[in-house]
Amino acid sequence: MTDAPPADDRDAVPAHERVTGYAPPPPDDVVVELRDVHKSFGPKHILRGVSLAVPRGTSAVVLGGSGTGKSVLTKHVVGLLRPDRGEVWVLGERMDLMTDDQLDRKRTRIGYLFQGGALFDSMTVYENMRFFLDRLTTLSREEKDDLIQESLEDVNLPDKGPQYPAELSGGQKKRIGLARTLILRPDIILYDEPTTGLDPVSVRVVSELIAKLRDERGISSIAITHDLLAAEIITDAAHFLFEGRIVASGSLAEVRRADHPAVQEFFKGTEAYGHV
Amino acid sequence: MADAPPDLPPDAADSLTQRLRAARRTRQHEKILQDKEIERRAVEAAPVVATGAGVRFLEQTGALFSFGAEFWKRFWRRPFEGRELLNQMDEVGTRSFVLTGVVGFAIGIVLAMQSRGTLARFGAESFLPSMLALSVFKEIGPVLTSLVLAGRLGAGMGAELGSMRVTEQIDALEVAALKPFHYLVVTRVLACMIMFPVMTLLTDFLAMAGGYLEAVTADGMALQVFIATAFDSMRFVDVIVDTGKTSLFGFIVGIVSCYMGYTVRGGTREVGRAAMQAVVLSSLLILVADVVVVRISLMLFGDISDAA
Repeated sequence: MTDAPPADDRDAVPAHERVTGYAPPPPDDVVVELRDVHKSFGPKHILRGVSLAVPRGTSAVVLGGSGTGKSVLTKHVVGLLRPDRGEVWVLGERMDLMTDDQLDRKRTRIGYLFQGGALFDSMTVYENMRFFLDRLTTLSREEKDDLIQESLEDVNLPDKGPQYPAELSGGQKKRIGLARTLILRPDIILYDEPTTGLDPVSVRVVSELIAKLRDERGISSIAITHDLLAAEIITDAAHFLFEGRIVASGSLAEVRRADHPAVQEFFKGTEAYGHV
Repeated sequence: MADAPPDLPPDAADSLTQRLRAARRTRQHEKILQDKEIERRAVEAAPVVATGAGVRFLEQTGALFSFGAEFWKRFWRRPFEGRELLNQMDEVGTRSFVLTGVVGFAIGIVLAMQSRGTLARFGAESFLPSMLALSVFKEIGPVLTSLVLAGRLGAGMGAELGSMRVTEQIDALEVAALKPFHYLVVTRVLACMIMFPVMTLLTDFLAMAGGYLEAVTADGMALQVFIATAFDSMRFVDVIVDTGKTSLFGFIVGIVSCYMGYTVRGGTREVGRAAMQAVVLSSLLILVADVVVVRISLMLFGDISDAA
């Protein structure tokens, strides 16, 4: 799982234009690829042809203002939404053409960190993590306990097991949410606003954790965020989403230099905080 | 991180087999693509009608029905959530018992007190147990229990599932391949369908006990006399049908409340609204369904005059 490609391989990822019918799968080192994805909710056309590729072992960050369809994009990757048009390739298979059972099999390899952590609030942290293992595996009690403890240590919260989610701070909830995701050893993790609503110190802690997971375990990831400090720490490749299209891609510095007015506006708005 | 199974290289998709398998156009793919195409055409072809309240009502009704259909499609399939089902039955049964019990007992006493005067005018006081049993077992017991439970459970389930939806806990179950529909909806609906008749019978008997208490205090009627008169004009089929219909009411309460909670969009205000709507709609549907069921049962089994 730790076979990250050399950095210069990233240029080899083909930029896909409109794809119709059956295209060949993406190259093996591309874990997630969206091709010309469209999605509407009723009259609202949210995604208008998003194409995006994430090479193995790298972190992509999708930037953009609120309501530009960032969450909609990641929900396509995990199969919570199906595109109206376009293809969603994850680990060499098309998510948009799977039955529910096939999706479920795939989903055990994809982690998803929700905005608020999405911890089950009727259970303690320990039970939250046990719940996944109980249902998806036949491990023994000791093995489960070991995995849980290991995951909690991964996010530096080893002694929070007996607490209820309501007793945790926002940053801790996200880290526990991440631990719960990590316990299934995913190949890909999707982060939905991993740092929104956190204080600058927690932003750094969570972002560095994400970068550490990529570097040490080769976990590929897509993070959607509008937090530049986080983006700075996490990013291998940044994509700027505006009005349902990716209008700028590349390294964070390249995106910053893009001359699209929305991009300019975005970075101008955030410079005041002294980030980056 | 050495726990990846050795015989299964982590998505080593570099074998030709795997690549071709991924790229092939299977019949299942065809079907999904066709469905998508039909959907797309339907959206394009749909004339832009005013999306007034009427349209929204029809949409909601359709969605509710397909939610119910989803339940029938899935409840007999894996995974079976036995333990969670027991939990929910505990919630519907044990923890609602005080409420339904008190309601039953009080209604029994009140009904006996109120009817005594009217019956006395015709000199028919001895029919009191019989009248009491008929009204309690055939109508008041089932409907009242269901309405009380609809209030308690509808609000509870609507709010619980609603807040789980809003805080993305349902999505979290979904992406962890844990089938939230089975875990959350199927268990609750089944628990309602199983426990409503049980609760109804308990309420019925408590109401009869209340009625007997009144009869004893008013004119010292003996227990044997009370029981003999009470069940004199009852038919077994009445008890079965009228208790059994609460299973349908339970289904209504479960499906409506779960639907309302499961499909909440937005924030906390919508959760509250969902809980309220769950109670209102399930109560209304219970009463409508009752009319239909009673009509059908009269057609099939006749009324008690046939038996007397």
